[in-house]
Amino acid sequence: MTTDAKQPNPEFAKKVVEAGGKTLNLCFQCGTCTGSCPSGRQTAFRTRKLVRRAQLGLKDDIMGSDDLWLCTTCFTCYERCPRGVEIVDIIMALRNMSVREGHMAPQHKKIAQLVSKSGHLVNLRDEDKAFRKKLGLRETPPTVLEKPAGLEQVKKICQITGFDKLVAGD
Amino acid sequence: MAEKLGFFLGCIMPMRYPGIESATREVLKELGVELADLEGASCCPAPGVMRSFDQDTWLAIGARNLAIAQEMGVDILTICNGCYDTLFETAHKLNNDLEALARINKILKQVGIEYKGKTQVRHFVEYLANEIDIDAIKSKVKENGDKKMKAAVFYGCHFLKPSTIKKIDNPERPRIFDDIVEALGVESIEYKDKGSCCGAGGGVRARSPDVALKMTKENLVNMQDAGADFIVDCCPFCHLQFDVGQAELKEFQIPVLHLMQLMAMKFGLDKDKLGLEAHRTPVKL
Repeated sequence: MTTDAKQPNPEFAKKVVEAGGKTLNLCFQCGTCTGSCPSGRQTAFRTRKLVRRAQLGLKDDIMGSDDLWLCTTCFTCYERCPRGVEIVDIIMALRNMSVREGHMAPQHKKIAQLVSKSGHLVNLRDEDKAFRKKLGLRETPPTVLEKPAGLEQVKKICQITGFDKLVAGD
Repeated sequence: MAEKLGFFLGCIMPMRYPGIESATREVLKELGVELADLEGASCCPAPGVMRSFDQDTWLAIGARNLAIAQEMGVDILTICNGCYDTLFETAHKLNNDLEALARINKILKQVGIEYKGKTQVRHFVEYLANEIDIDAIKSKVKENGDKKMKAAVFYGCHFLKPSTIKKIDNPERPRIFDDIVEALGVESIEYKDKGSCCGAGGGVRARSPDVALKMTKENLVNMQDAGADFIVDCCPFCHLQFDVGQAELKEFQIPVLHLMQLMAMKFGLDKDKLGLEAHRTPVKL
C-alpha cells in the first residue's frame, strides 16, 4: 500500500525547539491562536496549522511560505494560549531558520541592509533635517547619524554575526 | 522620579514625526523629568523585522544601546512600543540569563563594549502612570476646549505584551493609558475589538502592505462607528500606520496624535513644536 501522506521529520522539529521554540511540543491544537489572530481574520494564515507543521517537522511547508511572514507579532495568541506555548518565539525561530535557507523578501532585505549600513531603518532626508531645525531640534539626531564611531560598531557587529552577508543581495 | 533618563529616539520618530520628539521634550520638562540624549544610539533594532531575521544580531545591537545607557548611568525611556519591546526584551533576557549575556558579550567585546546586565527600560506611558501620577498630570491641563473630545485610545501590541515579563497592566482589559487620556479632560471611548493590532508589525507592512492595511481599516471602521474625534497612540509605528494608512485608504479622516502631542496640546505648550504638518491625515481639532 502506498500513501501520499507527508512524512514527519522529528529532526526539523528538534531544531525549531533549539532555535528558541522551546514550548513547541506543549501545543495540543485547540485553535485559540487561530481564533485570536488579527492577521488570520484577513488572510488564509492559520496559526494553529503553522504550529502543527512545526511539530511534525514539515519543513517544506514552512520554509519560504507566505504564511510564516503574515504574523505581525502582536502576541495575542501568546497571551491567550491555554498551554503557555510561546507562539511568537516559535515563529521567530522558524523565520530565522527560513532566512538562513535563503528565503527573504526583497523588501525585508532592503530594511535589513539599511540597518546594517546606516544603523537606522529609516533614512534622514534633507527635508527631515529642515523640519527638525524648525521644531528647535538638532538637525541630525544625536544617534549613530552623528557619531561615526558608533556606526562603525554597529557595522562591525553585523560582520561578526554574519548578518551583513546573510541579508546581502536584492 | 527626579533621576535623569536616557531618551531613546529610535528611527520613525526623529526622522518622520519629529514633532513627537519635540513634544516629548517639552512635556517632560513641564513635568520635571530630566532627559539625557543617548549619544550614538542606533535603531533599537526593530523587533518585527530584525528579530525575525537573526535573533543574535538583534540582541547584540540592542545590548549595544543598553550599554550606552549603562555608561551614562541612566535608565532608558522610550516613547515607542517597538523600541520598548526590543530594549525591554533584550534587557530582560541578558539581565537574567548569564549564558545569553556571555554569548552576546563575546560579540560586543570585539567592538570594545561590555554590557553588564543592569540597564532598566521604561515605556513612557508606564512611567507617567507609575512615577508622575495622574493628579500631577491633571494639574497641568490648561486647554479644555468647549466640548469634551472623544478619543480612540490605541495601545498597540508591544507596550503591554508579552505581559508575562512586562507586567504593566492586564493586556485584555487595560486602563493605564485610558486613565492618562481621561486625566487630560478627554473621553476615552469604547470601540469594537479595542486592543487589536494596527497591522504594521512583524514586517507585514513592508512585505504585505495590503494585508497590513486591511487590519488598519478594520480598526478605523470600529473607531469611526464609535464616534471617535481622533486616535491617540503611544507608538510612532502605529502612528505612521494610522496616519499614512488613512492617506492610502482614502476613506477616512480621523486625526492621529501621539500621546505626547496630545499632552503638549492640553498643557497649552508651544503649538509650533507639535510638528502636525508632518501628518498625512490632517489634524483639525
